[in-house]
Amino acid sequence: MYGNLTIIEIDNFGKKIEEEDPIKLAEFEARIARGEKIEPQDWMPFEYRKQLIRMIEQHAHSEIIGALPEGTWITRAPGFKRKLALMAKVQDEVGHAQLLYAAAETLGKSREEMIQDLLNGKSKYSNVFNYPAVTWADTAIIAWLIDAGAIINQVTNSKGSYGPYCRALERICAEESFHLRYGYDTCVHLATGTPSQRKMLQDALNRWWTPIMHFHGPPDKISVHGEKLMKWKVKLASNDEMRQQFLDMYVPKIWELGLEIPDPNLHKNPETGKWEYTEPDWNEFMRVINGDGPCNKERLAVRRYAEEKGRWVRMALLRKEEKYVVPLA
Amino acid sequence: MQNLEALKNLLYRLADDFLIMGHRDSEWIGLGPILEEDIAFASMAQDKVGYSLSFYTLLHELGEADPDTIAFKREAIHFKCAQFVEMPIQDYAFSLIRHFFFDYAADTRIQALKNSSYDKLRDLANKISRELKYHCMHAKTMVTQIAKGNEDGNSRLQEAVNTAFPMALSLFEPTEFCEELAQAGICPTEASLQKEWLQRITPLLIEASLSLPQVPEPNPYYGGRKGYHTDYLDELIQEMTAVIRLEPEAVW
Repeated sequence: MYGNLTIIEIDNFGKKIEEEDPIKLAEFEARIARGEKIEPQDWMPFEYRKQLIRMIEQHAHSEIIGALPEGTWITRAPGFKRKLALMAKVQDEVGHAQLLYAAAETLGKSREEMIQDLLNGKSKYSNVFNYPAVTWADTAIIAWLIDAGAIINQVTNSKGSYGPYCRALERICAEESFHLRYGYDTCVHLATGTPSQRKMLQDALNRWWTPIMHFHGPPDKISVHGEKLMKWKVKLASNDEMRQQFLDMYVPKIWELGLEIPDPNLHKNPETGKWEYTEPDWNEFMRVINGDGPCNKERLAVRRYAEEKGRWVRMALLRKEEKYVVPLA
Repeated sequence: MQNLEALKNLLYRLADDFLIMGHRDSEWIGLGPILEEDIAFASMAQDKVGYSLSFYTLLHELGEADPDTIAFKREAIHFKCAQFVEMPIQDYAFSLIRHFFFDYAADTRIQALKNSSYDKLRDLANKISRELKYHCMHAKTMVTQIAKGNEDGNSRLQEAVNTAFPMALSLFEPTEFCEELAQAGICPTEASLQKEWLQRITPLLIEASLSLPQVPEPNPYYGGRKGYHTDYLDELIQEMTAVIRLEPEAVW
């Protein structure tokens, strides 16, 4: 449901770019410039591998954690149509995690290690899932607008340089487009329903507007510039570019449903063609991403519970003689 | 139409079993021991809830209310599901063994319904059996691999078998319509279905080094087919209808 390196972390772990073989590095960069895909068995600089693992892993975690706020509504979905659709949607999200962990494993990190890093807080996931889905309408807003934001990220990233990640994203995007239609259909029903249904939807939008504005990450002017990552086609569009694209595509649709967006300053500047808006609270964003959001503890606790309760199953299925993850390069 | 009441009773039992079992299966999404199991249970949940919708649709064609009304606006006492499917998911061992017992039982019944004298049921059974085959395959694979994987896996599954087996027999609780349905060629008796089911699962359990426990008489889990349910069913229904009850007449 998500996929952008919204926060680029610079650290000194591992081989620095200056220490790489300059000839191999030049060949590698030339291939990317020509639009070729890098495959698991190909040579790649350490920094590229590290950033990709971090990004794909963060994306995979977002899918499994993202299954939780919506998952709790499967058992309450009103009627067969919604119940079946929501089950299918959340199943897709878990399926995306499976695809993405597999893509990240081609870079040499096992799924178990990645999940361990999720549980010990070393590895992040999308901030939005640290907010609660309070009512049925919240699930509708998530399925429509959060998935819409995710599609913008993912379509962009599917043009990236790492073959396995791009291929996973193409499949994910095809499925996400159904989620978006489901979410939109649910929102339309609420928006055109009874007064209390409309209110439920408006309240949900009010709650989710800040997380939606946070979704594509901090504004370019305060986030670390990732020129190298752009050149390597790990990151393909800036956070602000993606946010603008989202607002362009969805603000008119939100208004069309008769909903009010809780930002009086939101408008499109006719001269620049850009959307102007009140900056959401980026301190809150940082606070939540670092663990202090309304649901961080609960989300990780559920994940930890599932891991611990399921350990005996994994142990019983494990065949010690088999090697499960073999880095190809 | 002849045998209408008996036929409706059968359809209610089928539909309610699949709905509640599917609902329980869906509770594993996000909590499975490995991602592949979250996905498998989600997939089987969709199939089962889908089957229940098909059976409720048949009931609607026979004059009952529409599927959403029957499923989401009925009190527990009117449900005809077996108590087995009502039980909470508990740990994975229980859920896996329930899935094994339930799906082989459902498959045995559906296979028999492929020869039903009621043509609509026959058509539906033909459709469903194509998918149910995979539910059984999944159950068998997981049970065998885990039970033969290590000692811990085996003893946890054995414990789950001991708990779940008497409950599973509630799927074949005799009803007042059994004989009538069998005589009309609509559905074989519960006793004969149970026998066939046991013939199918016993060798599989032996292969997995698991054994069936003794069952007390009379079976304490009987009653569901007559509307006597555990409190778990009422809790489940309260949860399932939480949104729809906010505004029962609205379109969601």
